[in-house]
Amino acid sequence: MAKKNEPEFMLNWRLRAYRHWLKMTEPHWAHLKVAPVDYQAISYYSAPKSKKDGPKSLDDIDPEIRATYDKLGIPLVEQMALAGIAVDAVFDSVSVATTFKEKLNELGIVFCSFSEAVQEHPELVEKYLGSVVPYTDNFYATLNSAVFSDGSFCYIPKGVRCPMELSTYFRINAANTGQFERTLIVADEGSYVSYLEGCTAPMRDENQLHAAVVELVALPGATIKYSTVQNWYPGDAEGRGGIYNFVTKRGKAFENAKLSWTQVETGSAITWKYPSCILFGDNSVGEFYSVALTSNHQQADTGTKMIHIGKNTKSTIVSKGISAIKGQNSYRGQVLINKGAEGARNYSQCDSMLLGSECGAHTFPYIDVHNPTAVVEHEATTSKIGEDQIFYCQQRGISAEDAVSMIVNGFCKEVFRELPMEFAVEAQKLLGISLEGSVG
Amino acid sequence: MLEIKNLQARVEGKQILRGVDLTVNAGEVHAIMGPNGTGKSTLAQVLAGRDTYEVEGEVLYRGKDLLEMDPEDRAREGVFMAFQYPVEIPGVSSSYFLKTALNAIRKHRGEEELDAMEFLTLAKEKLRLLDMDEVFLKRSVNEGFSGGEKKRNDIFQMAVLDPKLCILDETDSGLDIDALKVVAAGVNKMRSPDRAIVVITHYQRLLEYITPDVVHVLYGGKIARTGGADLALELEAKGYAWLEQGGAKGAASYAS
Ligand SMILES: Nc1ncnc2c1ncn2[C@@H]1O[C@H](COP(=O)(O)OP(=O)(O)O)[C@@H](O)[C@H]1O
Ligand SMILES: [Mg+2]
Repeated sequence: MAKKNEPEFMLNWRLRAYRHWLKMTEPHWAHLKVAPVDYQAISYYSAPKSKKDGPKSLDDIDPEIRATYDKLGIPLVEQMALAGIAVDAVFDSVSVATTFKEKLNELGIVFCSFSEAVQEHPELVEKYLGSVVPYTDNFYATLNSAVFSDGSFCYIPKGVRCPMELSTYFRINAANTGQFERTLIVADEGSYVSYLEGCTAPMRDENQLHAAVVELVALPGATIKYSTVQNWYPGDAEGRGGIYNFVTKRGKAFENAKLSWTQVETGSAITWKYPSCILFGDNSVGEFYSVALTSNHQQADTGTKMIHIGKNTKSTIVSKGISAIKGQNSYRGQVLINKGAEGARNYSQCDSMLLGSECGAHTFPYIDVHNPTAVVEHEATTSKIGEDQIFYCQQRGISAEDAVSMIVNGFCKEVFRELPMEFAVEAQKLLGISLEGSVG
Repeated sequence: MLEIKNLQARVEGKQILRGVDLTVNAGEVHAIMGPNGTGKSTLAQVLAGRDTYEVEGEVLYRGKDLLEMDPEDRAREGVFMAFQYPVEIPGVSSSYFLKTALNAIRKHRGEEELDAMEFLTLAKEKLRLLDMDEVFLKRSVNEGFSGGEKKRNDIFQMAVLDPKLCILDETDSGLDIDALKVVAAGVNKMRSPDRAIVVITHYQRLLEYITPDVVHVLYGGKIARTGGADLALELEAKGYAWLEQGGAKGAASYAS
């Protein structure tokens, strides 16, 4: 495992995680049907994909994926990169990325691959790695801690407001991040950063299991906004060949700090993720905005945990689940108000929309209050997309398919408006494409 | 413009329309009256293409078989229905909705799509026509609108979409007298030699402001009586029960 020439603290940490993992068993409590994963068959250090086994040209790619690339308007070279095809052409984005990096350097912002950070900023990595998601945390996080291959690292110095959305310019470079990704973002006192993860293009990937870990540290007065649009291959219409996505995402907010998770999930065969906030410092704020769409045989079990520890901590949860065809969508949210969390507040809103009669939506709120001054509100609705709504649109000249996409996008508006502008536009398009074929 | 022959409609085994015959020419305004539950909305919905009904008969619209067309194609070909109960679409702004609709129609007609600015200019002009505030464009389609606002909003959409055949289903209900006058004025502005308007109502009140060329009474699933504007007054005075006592005899004898 020491293959990467890592400092000792890193190696020791991995070893401890590995030993711990051997003692653990896979969780089974999520509302999902999972085919057993063969952990022997996974190549843990697969990182740079072998170009030999990959497709040689775009003709080798699933035509359905290609059609989606085209609808999203992704340029040809990018399509090739996303599909894992060796491309010799020099990307424009390489030079864009360079100027971008210079600008960040001037502000003292560190934004690099995890392996680079381990070499260049070992003191930061050692201090914060595992401080929010310890290696003992859960089956998948422990596995990740032992074997993670690479990922992203980001540090924003005191009082600095990061002037751009991080990672938009790295769409291509970030595409090949592999199955055990590790992300660590540290926002020092009073700083601000908005970070974007993922891309709207469906990624071809022979890795069945993805177990990433994302850790956010918001030091006093800092704000971290973390947005994800995820569209991994969900499998074909029968549910074959999709990706299993088990992700651990968690942030810790110190005094007056704010963490905000926004996610749009349309991909994967199985999604299991609960971006969470530990509201550790007084007056800290946690937010979770989520859209999860499941179609065909997809299953999603997502939600969040808001753990209120500090006084006057505030959290907001807005979850929109859309189930089409045979998709199963579960929301699982925990709000925990600790004894000392005087004056804590939570507002949760979980709305489900059903398209069709064979799909399902399930809501599992867990509310645990240990302080009598806390105020916790939970609202949940389930609606079927209305025939009358679709007909109303059609009567105005809008096709049934566009109508569904419009109605669903309207349903998700409260979440989309949390996304950075360009991401929001892509997310809306993506939702429309994912819904194609779900109306008769 | 519109030629309906022996139109029948059934829902859940229940027959609602039992052979409606109706001809509407371009340039005309027709009123369809009748008591509650007699099938007026059913007729409008069937013409607009709602698929909840089992339909038989023949409907020619500008020479084409209307019943063969998808609802959106009927709309694109110029059929507009103002709903008795306009539908709410939460989270979708009125301007986005209407611009999408208008551009779908324009594309179908082979016309250039309007960009955001061009659309806004057109929309504002029509808003003024219906004495509506610009904030309507930003609000979600019909969401949280009062009954009257929804009706007015539908007529505003009609003005923007510029259809050939307008079917107004009980547009007067829910409007107070001032709103009724504004809406009626908007509809009257749209009267033109190449457009036909069908006004469905069960009160004669609306017809004081929109004078019809022809009045029909839908009763027992058929057009029971057809006459001029004064038929509405006669009905108002005598009530629908009057039709029971042989009043229906003159049915369909009126050629328009
Ligand atoms: N979708 C439907 N399902 C069941 N019954 C219906 C449906 N639509 C209309 N009806 C029935 O058909 C009759 C006519 O309704 P409607 O066309 O709305 O009448 P009107 O508009 O003249 O008041 C009523 O008895 C109504 O209950
Ligand atoms: Mg009616």
